Amino acid sequence: MSKFRSNGKREMPELNTSSLPDLIFTVLFFFMMVTTMREVELKVQFTTPSGTEIEKLEKKSLVSHIYIGPPTKEYRAALGPAPRIQLNDKFAEPEHIRDFVVSERESMAEKDKPFMKMSLKIDTNTQMGIVTDVKQALRKAWALNIVYSATKDGKNQK
Amino acid sequence: MGKSGRKVPGLNSSSTADISFILLIFFLVTTSMDTDTGLSRRLPEWDPNAEDQEVKIKERNVMVVNVNKANEIWVKNGVINKQIEVSELKDLAKEFIANPNDNINLPIKEDYEVPGFRTIVTTVKHVISLQTDRSTNYEVYFKVQNELTKAYNELRDEWCKQVLGKSWEDCTEDEKTYAKGMYPSKISEAEPKQYGSAALAQ
Repeated sequence: MSKFRSNGKREMPELNTSSLPDLIFTVLFFFMMVTTMREVELKVQFTTPSGTEIEKLEKKSLVSHIYIGPPTKEYRAALGPAPRIQLNDKFAEPEHIRDFVVSERESMAEKDKPFMKMSLKIDTNTQMGIVTDVKQALRKAWALNIVYSATKDGKNQK
Repeated sequence: MGKSGRKVPGLNSSSTADISFILLIFFLVTTSMDTDTGLSRRLPEWDPNAEDQEVKIKERNVMVVNVNKANEIWVKNGVINKQIEVSELKDLAKEFIANPNDNINLPIKEDYEVPGFRTIVTTVKHVISLQTDRSTNYEVYFKVQNELTKAYNELRDEWCKQVLGKSWEDCTEDEKTYAKGMYPSKISEAEPKQYGSAALAQ
């Protein structure tokens, strides 16, 4: 053993960490690129209902959102408190849904198109009339997979 | 400018790594992948010609769940016709779907060949018709949907335990398909009426 022991004190060579910041910055930029920020500004308020039989949506790229709820404060003066539909960044009527579905479908990969899902984020105090109009419009636009967006019981506060 | 030949002292950059680490962690935390959750449904296909076609279904195979504009839940099938609370719906639906006692007023049981599995006897023709009014509250509607889903899920789980000897979570994808074949989800939604639920509430 003593054969290998070096005589005298040997110092551990200092590790050069000068490139570490660059490395971390690269990772940081990567994450900033790939994570999408919330792409729409919400103009309606909603509290989704809660249930026990909730499933997770597997693929995010397949999901498009339709929001239904009363307008937020800054729009309430102009539009009143009645629930509205929001598609992308603007308020919409049920007849706009068809165009919305078509454009969402256009932006998808060909193989994903049959699996497109519409996530309906609907406020609990909405009346079924507007929901049904949306559903009928979705049927006509051939977007048949829908999800009633909801939270798991126990996690939701009103 | 200044005197030439003066050395610029090296900036101590050893903390840059820490700073960028903090930034990185900040981004990791804030851009949380908020996974969407909810109840999946498949809408029926749109057929413009089918508007006025009435599909004839035997009365015993139908359970009508009506949520009227006062958000009362009325259930009508071959056995009962009354107003219920949301919490009662699951058990009623389970009894209706499975028809465990071969009640002649509940859905008929028929041989049904589950693809890839064997032929089983099940109430394949049952339909749960969910009717709403235009002014029904969405939350109540959602709770009803949730309870109906729960009824199906519990029946499938019971079937898995009974026949396959394991719970729904432990089943393979194929076995889940068989359980779904045994208890296929048949929730039909009529277009809501403007005029409440007079026909059913009587």
